[in-house]
Amino acid sequence: MDGPGLYNYWIVMFLMLAGLYIVVASGNLIKKLVGLNVFQASVFLLYITMGKVDGGTAPIIAEGTTVYSNPLPHVLILTAIVVGVATTALGLALVVRINEAYGSIEEEELEEQEDPS
Amino acid sequence: MSHHFVIRIVAKLLIPFILLFGLYVQFHGDFGPGGGFQAGVIFASAFVLYALIYGVDKARQVLPDDVLRVGIALGVLLFGGTGVASMMLGANYLDYSPFAHDPAHGQHLGIFIVELGVGITVASVMATLFFLFAGRGDLDPSERE
Amino acid sequence: MVPQEGGRVIEAVVNVVLLFFMAATIFVIVRLRNLFAVVMMGGMYSLMAATIFVVLDAVDVAFTEAAVGAGISTVLMLGALALTKTEEKEGGRPQFLPLAVVAVTGAVLIYGTLDMPHYGDPNGPIHQHVAPTYLKDSIPKTTVPNVVTAVLASYRGYDTLGEVTVIFTAGVGVMVLLGAGRRRRRKDEAG
Repeated sequence: MDGPGLYNYWIVMFLMLAGLYIVVASGNLIKKLVGLNVFQASVFLLYITMGKVDGGTAPIIAEGTTVYSNPLPHVLILTAIVVGVATTALGLALVVRINEAYGSIEEEELEEQEDPS
Repeated sequence: MSHHFVIRIVAKLLIPFILLFGLYVQFHGDFGPGGGFQAGVIFASAFVLYALIYGVDKARQVLPDDVLRVGIALGVLLFGGTGVASMMLGANYLDYSPFAHDPAHGQHLGIFIVELGVGITVASVMATLFFLFAGRGDLDPSERE
Repeated sequence: MVPQEGGRVIEAVVNVVLLFFMAATIFVIVRLRNLFAVVMMGGMYSLMAATIFVVLDAVDVAFTEAAVGAGISTVLMLGALALTKTEEKEGGRPQFLPLAVVAVTGAVLIYGTLDMPHYGDPNGPIHQHVAPTYLKDSIPKTTVPNVVTAVLASYRGYDTLGEVTVIFTAGVGVMVLLGAGRRRRRKDEAG
């Protein structure tokens, strides 16, 4: 069992699952969006952890260093961060409009207004 | 109200440096950490600071909505247009090799232009988002459709 | 190699402390009802993630996460909070189904990591195929020392084009959702 080399991944996965729990279990829409941001940041952490090389340095070519960390996860996560903020901005705009239309941002109150049975 | 005075003066001193730092990050993204996205966000945050201190209306006068709207589209156009330009010069779409006398410098020039496009769009979109969220509270409830 | 060993120990300590603080932040987010505090905790989480990115040699990513996650994202959330309520409703229902879902997902994920290479292993599969060519060819083929910028703008230029389009679409989408009424106000000011 190669446990000790994998502890970093397990800790980051715990953070991911905690973020997922916030998204699924919150009734408040803004808390859901904060949980989504937390979840996304933890996923980025997982990918960057996978790209790290022992004894390496930042992937900027300079004199005197030979070992660099893998630049490919950095590129993918850079894109993912910006897409994440785009999603958050649209989600927040929707929450603002929902609040103006229904007067509440709690899931349970919105369900009661939509379906009073 | 003296602490408001302090904040206004300090912000007025800081905003040019923030803009300069944003430009530095944009154009030195080739040699150190940086690039279009970071620079765009830093550039927009200078205008966010201005809007927080002096009010969204004054910020809208400094940075009119028309300029922002043009900026949002200009960056994407610059990026896509670079690809079309390289197609017209004979290479594949988004292959920057024919832009200069040898392929390596052509790539450098292409990367420079593309990052500039990214920076312009990101800065315009972030500023627009802030103005929309901050300006919504000033509207009458009857005006919000 | 004593400086190397010392550096590695400090790196591990910084990692552990930051990860502990991040876990504590998540716990606080779950328990707090004041949404202003929740949003600020979310911004702090992004800032701590950016610090860990620096420790993991991802400087470009750290820059972007700090600027975007701890900066713009928090500002937009505060702006949305000013337009809606600032406190969560009290009295949550017992959350057994979400806990079960999260536990099952966690078990599957941990089972999936058992095949992965160790943290920092330079012989892992992801360091073998394209990454060494990017690192080797960045200066000869593009004269750009920052390999992340070279890959982002040249080798994987299509992805970046798609990303700029996503940003554009988000801006347009929020303009459609929240942009009404300004046309009328401008007419009032001009007339």
